[in-house]
Amino acid sequence: MIRVQQEDFDIGAEIAKLKADRTDIGAIVTFTGTVRDQDGAVEEMTLEHYPGMTERELSRIEAEANARWPLQASLIVHRYGALKPGDNIVLVVTASEHRDAAFDAAKFLMDYLKTSAPFWKRESGPGGSHWVDASQSDTHAAARWRKTKHAAE
Amino acid sequence: MRLLYFAWVKEKVGRASEDVAVPEHIATVAELIVWLKSRGPEFANAFETQDVTRAAIDKSHVRHDTRIGGAREIAFFPPVTGG
Repeated sequence: MIRVQQEDFDIGAEIAKLKADRTDIGAIVTFTGTVRDQDGAVEEMTLEHYPGMTERELSRIEAEANARWPLQASLIVHRYGALKPGDNIVLVVTASEHRDAAFDAAKFLMDYLKTSAPFWKRESGPGGSHWVDASQSDTHAAARWRKTKHAAE
Repeated sequence: MRLLYFAWVKEKVGRASEDVAVPEHIATVAELIVWLKSRGPEFANAFETQDVTRAAIDKSHVRHDTRIGGAREIAFFPPVTGG
């Protein structure tokens, strides 16, 4: 399941929905990304996105995670629009019988999402407004998953 | 062909999208970027660091050597920063 939306999400409600009417799940892992104020430098963060491509990319990434790990359920919710420090940005939930798959898949989803999902952050604060630069560490994190995939084949 | 621009590429180009008649001889994304840069200073500026510019054809990421024939929409944007 993937959703791209402006509204906030409720982590507890999403877990409850995922678990509803099933008792075969042994492990649920969640990751939440939130807006940091960076010591007062950031007063607002605006997320621009490419409607249509965001959903496509998140679905593609989710399908790959489900192909690599025995997941019983997964959810990605990504917001766009104007956010304030402390606000939720992204939620990743993975569920499996045992914890290794849930933990690894959640990390994979975040590493891939950060390098391929078409969102762009603009931060503004007392110092003005600027577009956030993509980070090298995110690129390396995604690349490591490609290496582990080839190693496993 | 519909062209879309996002983030600071959009700001520099001064528009979010446009429909253009791409010359027949333009075969790849790289060639399209070269042609776009020739259209005006705002384009030259937006694509100045063209190695950094990312492209998508019909909502899928593509490399700059990808052929554009048959594309319905092509988008240009900076490296993504979601998550």
